[in-house]
Amino acid sequence: MPEVFLDGRPLSVANGTSVAAALALGADGCSRTSISGQRRAPLCGMGICQECRVMIDGYRRLACQTVCRDGMQVQTLP
Amino acid sequence: MNEITDLLIIGAGPAGMAAALAAAPSGARIVLLDDNPLPGGQIWRDGPQANLPGKARRLRDQLRACANVRCHAGTRVIACATDKTLLVEDAERGWQITYDRLILCTGARELLLPFPGWTLPGVTGAGGLQALIKGGLPVRGERLVIAGSGPLLLASAATAKQHGAQVLRIAEQASRANVLGFATQLPRWPGKFFQSFSLFDHHYRTDTHVLEALGRERLEGVRLQQQGKTIELACDRLACGFGLIPNTQLGQVLGCALEGRALAVDAWQATSRREHYAAGECTGFGGSELALVEGAIAGHAAVGHTAAAQRLWSRRARWQGFAQALNKAFALDARLKTLARADTLVCRCEDVSYGELAGHENWREAKLASRCGMGACQGRVCGAALEHLFGWTTPTPRPPFSPARIGSLLSLEETPPT
Repeated sequence: MPEVFLDGRPLSVANGTSVAAALALGADGCSRTSISGQRRAPLCGMGICQECRVMIDGYRRLACQTVCRDGMQVQTLP
Repeated sequence: MNEITDLLIIGAGPAGMAAALAAAPSGARIVLLDDNPLPGGQIWRDGPQANLPGKARRLRDQLRACANVRCHAGTRVIACATDKTLLVEDAERGWQITYDRLILCTGARELLLPFPGWTLPGVTGAGGLQALIKGGLPVRGERLVIAGSGPLLLASAATAKQHGAQVLRIAEQASRANVLGFATQLPRWPGKFFQSFSLFDHHYRTDTHVLEALGRERLEGVRLQQQGKTIELACDRLACGFGLIPNTQLGQVLGCALEGRALAVDAWQATSRREHYAAGECTGFGGSELALVEGAIAGHAAVGHTAAAQRLWSRRARWQGFAQALNKAFALDARLKTLARADTLVCRCEDVSYGELAGHENWREAKLASRCGMGACQGRVCGAALEHLFGWTTPTPRPPFSPARIGSLLSLEETPPT
């Protein structure tokens, strides 16, 4: 079971779990804050809407198209 | 590292997989590219909570066994570098792929229409929720409302129930007469007929559509217009999708003509541009069976096996009939154009409201005045919504086609492949 870090907090997930799912398993499910200050969560689930973009190991990635790997550092965008 | 291939296939859903498998016996060098972590597309998306059908597993195993098919997962097309050369990017690097022939299997996305509250966490697409659950999203014990249009609502509900969710309502905007008319035609496609029994749910209501998602910080309930009455349901998630629209952007950039909202193809699945083919949902919504046969035709045709392609025409015609019946039955009611209020956000990337857009003549004017469509999704969500709401046409996209790293763009300067 890979262990990821969501904004620094560790979380063990089943193999193959998407980062989008991990956000809901380990936190409130939100991925970013919009330009007018609303919290947002994954919407389309298939790499189109970009609502689920987070920082993963320093790169901006889509949570719905990224599979959790051991040691991954995920930061939701404030 | 740049790559040269005989046949490049963009999209590894049913159409792309079938295309690769049909073309592989020719011995051509084939590259199959997809932006998801695994092949299968949306319908056969794998994950810790996915139950892949046997057919999907078989196709995946067959692909793995083809020594001349190279699969690039998690890879997006960023730009056209030169003629028949695309710049692509995965999580680590950017590189160029030069091809002789191309098959576009870019699929479809959900039409997401704005309504008050649709930006609240807890609101997703209908197919979106299904994809998220397959990837491990926990829904056990949650109260769900699924709304919008089309058979995807039932499929999404079935996946949610399998994983312990309580589906309170499936709200289908189409009329009872339309849905019944469609259902009575289903025996023409026996597989679909039996599938419909397994998916049917007694919380299904026709003539019912979403009015508003309720809640402050996240979703707490939903207001529906249900067969003439307004009702409210407390719930944890709302999954709302108004059917599927073809992903035509890359095809348009490559100069392939459109027919309606889809990429235009002939009997060989060839587009208007020579040596460029298209198959599956990007040529019009029709389901995985149609995508599989179209993909196979395109794969055979692209390697010159015309007789093998032609043998599949009758099967394609059968599934085209299904697609026509489906699209007619679930046509969207005009009432769905009136859900947004002045303060409802339409562009979720730049937070542009309906009121800021409604007075404009066209997409370009609205965009220049408001930044609508200029955010990370590049108008894929709001552009499609505004096409539906106002009849605006959105222009052919310009590169980069999706957010990309500077390092990948810099690789355009490198020596082209020889």
